[in-house]
This record gives sequence, structure tokens and C-alpha cells, in this order.
Amino acid sequence: MAERERSHTRPRGALFVARAQVMSASDVQRAITRMAHEIDERNRGLEHLVLVGLQTGGVPIAERLATTLQEVGTTTIPVGSLDVAFYRDDIGLRPVLPEAVTDIAFDLTGCTVVLVDDVLFTGRTIRAALNALNEYGRAQAVQLAVMVDRGHRELPIRPDYVGKNLPTRRDEMVDVTDEGVTIGDLVNK
Amino acid sequence: MSPFPRHLLAIDDLGPDGIAEVLRVTDSFVEVAHRTNPKVPALRGRTVATLFFEDSTRTRVSFETAAKRLSADVLSFAAGSSSVKKGESLRDTVETIEAMGIDAVIVRHSSSGAPLQVARWVPDTAVVNAGDGWHEHPTQALLDLYTVRQSLLDRSDESTDDDGVLGFKGLQVVIVGDIRHSRVARSQVAAYAALGAEVTLVAPRTLLPPSLEGWPVASVSHDLDRQLPDADVVSLLRVQAERGSGDFVPSLREYTAGFGLTARRAAMLSPDSLILHPGPMVRGVEIASEVADLPAARITGQVSNGVAVRMAVLFLLLAQGPTEGSLHE
Repeated sequence: MAERERSHTRPRGALFVARAQVMSASDVQRAITRMAHEIDERNRGLEHLVLVGLQTGGVPIAERLATTLQEVGTTTIPVGSLDVAFYRDDIGLRPVLPEAVTDIAFDLTGCTVVLVDDVLFTGRTIRAALNALNEYGRAQAVQLAVMVDRGHRELPIRPDYVGKNLPTRRDEMVDVTDEGVTIGDLVNK
Repeated sequence: MSPFPRHLLAIDDLGPDGIAEVLRVTDSFVEVAHRTNPKVPALRGRTVATLFFEDSTRTRVSFETAAKRLSADVLSFAAGSSSVKKGESLRDTVETIEAMGIDAVIVRHSSSGAPLQVARWVPDTAVVNAGDGWHEHPTQALLDLYTVRQSLLDRSDESTDDDGVLGFKGLQVVIVGDIRHSRVARSQVAAYAALGAEVTLVAPRTLLPPSLEGWPVASVSHDLDRQLPDADVVSLLRVQAERGSGDFVPSLREYTAGFGLTARRAAMLSPDSLILHPGPMVRGVEIASEVADLPAARITGQVSNGVAVRMAVLFLLLAQGPTEGSLHE
């Protein structure tokens, strides 16, 4: 499944080969619990708060954050998912394809949106996401939660909630799944 | 998965994977169409030209709307069919277009193969066939497939991970009408067959092509009544008076008696089956007016899907980028 998801945005035929595990499944769960508490602390009461996961890696994390937030704050947090393919700045430079259909069934006007992604790298996906998000209403504020911040930013974007800061080489690849976080390389099949 | 082709001239350019890719990406553009602002910046700075040597308002408007909703600039060349025939003048027009730095050209021409010729002249421009002679009209077939897939997916409760194309395996598709003069029929047959559907052609002998060699059809019939009870999809074709198909039947009334989808015939269909028509439809000839308004008829759904399908095709053709790129973003 991970390979299929990747097949839409990564070069066709490239495979991820894991080298080392950097977070276990329970590390990921602890990070989610901590980030949920941070979100709750900063947005007291969680009123008008919505989570939007980025397709595809951010979506399961957004759902888990919402579940934890519900336990913390006892309110139901709406969760949406956003695909940014049509807003990317590298269309035509590499194969860009939508990963899944955007699903935001609520108006964002007046809401505080927490964008959720698995890995923050150049920041270009988040730039695209900010533009795409605007189509669903004018949010009161947008915050960013990521499981891994691996550095190498190319745009003035910083996360508000971070699961783990992970120094990486530019050519490495970080893979976030339910089983944890691994670091590895992309190789041609 | 093989890369998306450079041009879309015929359904065979895509193959089953390419068709599935178009349908999958169309889902995203249908979502975009439902937003307050149905426009994305995906093809900003790109230019798309429509080059129509034959009249067609709906196809041209559909393509131009698709390009505009992708934020491409649109140039519209509507050459009168009388002034431009094959040969030098087509080449001149096309070379003018190339000199203007156009990224994609959408061609409709009364001669089969004209878009292929254009693609040879301007190898750096993506060419989309919007109907050439009696040859093909691939985007029309793709939007038919998308419309059928939508109702197949609506019907099955579980979400599928196969891009929704497995449902076409063994699907009974009946295509009725002027097959002989129809580029839509050629594209439809190729597209349905590529996904494993079983296509039956139903037409009077005079409206079938002289030879069906190489057509991937399961059967041919002259008896519409017999085909209807088992049909999952009934796809009607217009009797194209302007292409002379009227001369191939004794009268339109006789055609309707034998091959029109009348209320009596529509009642023979199973409750789940779909009625499609590429439009413009002539109520009372190939389809009875009350049949066109049945819930089974997805004719207006086809029109709105048309823009999304064409957005997917243009996006896939123009947003590819180098396939042998660097491994990293």
C-alpha cells in the first residue's frame, strides 16, 4: 500500500528501502498524545477547531490526533483531507498526480485549521496546501502539525507542533506508517 | 505503470492503465467542480488552443471550459469547414499555432487521421483528438466510461482500491445506432473492451461498417428487443443526418420502429441498467422523449462529467514533466 501511494508522486518505479527505525509505534502514539495536548493548550476549548490531513500521509495522523483531542477536550473535532496536487509549484517539472480526492465537507470560514502532515521537508507542499485551503473558506487561523520535521526548508514555513525533529541528508527519505518512522533511501527498481 | 502518452489520438494510446488513470484523476476534478470556485492553478502560464475544422459547440465549449478551469490560457481557432481541407492550409494553421508556443492543441477535423498528422508536424505540442472523421472521439468514450463507473461505484457499498475499473469486467454494453459513421462508437468499443466489458453492436445492416474485422466486439445484432433484457448499459448514437446516415435507412420513422429506444423498449431493461447518449440527442428518433427523462438516463450527467474528464486529460498530458527525472523532490 505504501508503495502504491508513493507511485503517484515519486518517480515511477522508485522503491523505498528502509535503513533504520527512528520512532517506534509507541513513540508515534506518545507524540500524537503530546501534540494533542499542545493543540488543546494553545486553542483553549478547541472551539471552531478543525483538522485537515494532507493526502495521503497526513490523513491517518489527523484522524488519530482528532481521536486523542476528543478524549482531551470532549468535543468532536471535524477532520478533512486535502490533496494539493493541482496547487503544486513543480507541475511540469516532475510527474505530479493527485493522490486521492480532497474531502472537506465543511466551510472553513472562521475556523482554526490545523494542517496535519507526516513529514515536513522543503515546505512546498504546505505552501500549496495554504493556497488550496483557501478554496474551502477563509480560515481564522492556520496552524501546522507534523510527525517529523526533517529540515531543508526552501520556504519561510515552520511547524507549530512537531512529533520529532529529525536531521536528515537531502537525498534520504523518511517513511511514516502506523508501525513507526523509518529512514531510508529511494532506489530504482 | 507506463507513462501517460504524449498525445491522445485514439483510445488505444491509453491502454487499460491509462484509462484507469484518467478516470481516477477525474474524481479529483469532479470534487473541484463542486466547490464555490471550480478553478485550480494547475496549468497557469500554459496555453491550450482549440482547432475546430468542423462545427461543434458542445465539445469545443467543454474543452475550453476544462482548460480555463485549469487556469490555462485558451485560444480558439474555428476554421470554417469549407475553407480548410486537408493539406497545406491545415499545415500552415498548425505551424502558426506552434510558432505561438502553444502547449496543447485540441483538434476536430472531418478527415480521419488529421490529428495524427498534426501530432507529426508539431511533436512538442500535445495533441488531443476531439473527433476526426469516422475514426475516433476518445474523450467522449472516456466520459461515458466515467459516467458508468460512477454508478457502479455508487452501487457497491465497499470502497474499492482498484480505481473502480474492475466493475467493467463482463459488463454487458449495447451500442445502438449509426455505427458506420460514428467515431464515438469506435472510441466506445475500444474503451469498453480495454476494461473487459462485452460490447454488442445493434444497428440495421446498412449502418454497420462494411467490415468489423479488428473491432473487439462480442457480437453484432439487428434485433434490439432481444439485447435489452441482459444489457447493463445501453449507449445510443444519433442518426447523423448531416453525415448522410439518413440515406442508409428508408425513413427515420422506420429507424425508430426498429432501433429507437421507445418507452416499450425501455421497460424491458433491468432496473439497474443505464442509458447513455453522447448528444445532441434527437428526441423521438433514437430515444423517446419520456425515456430521455428517466432516472436511468445519465445524459445530463455525461455533460457535466465531460468537463472533468477533459480537465483530467489535459492535466495528465501537460503536467507530466520529464519521466527520467531526478529521484528526489
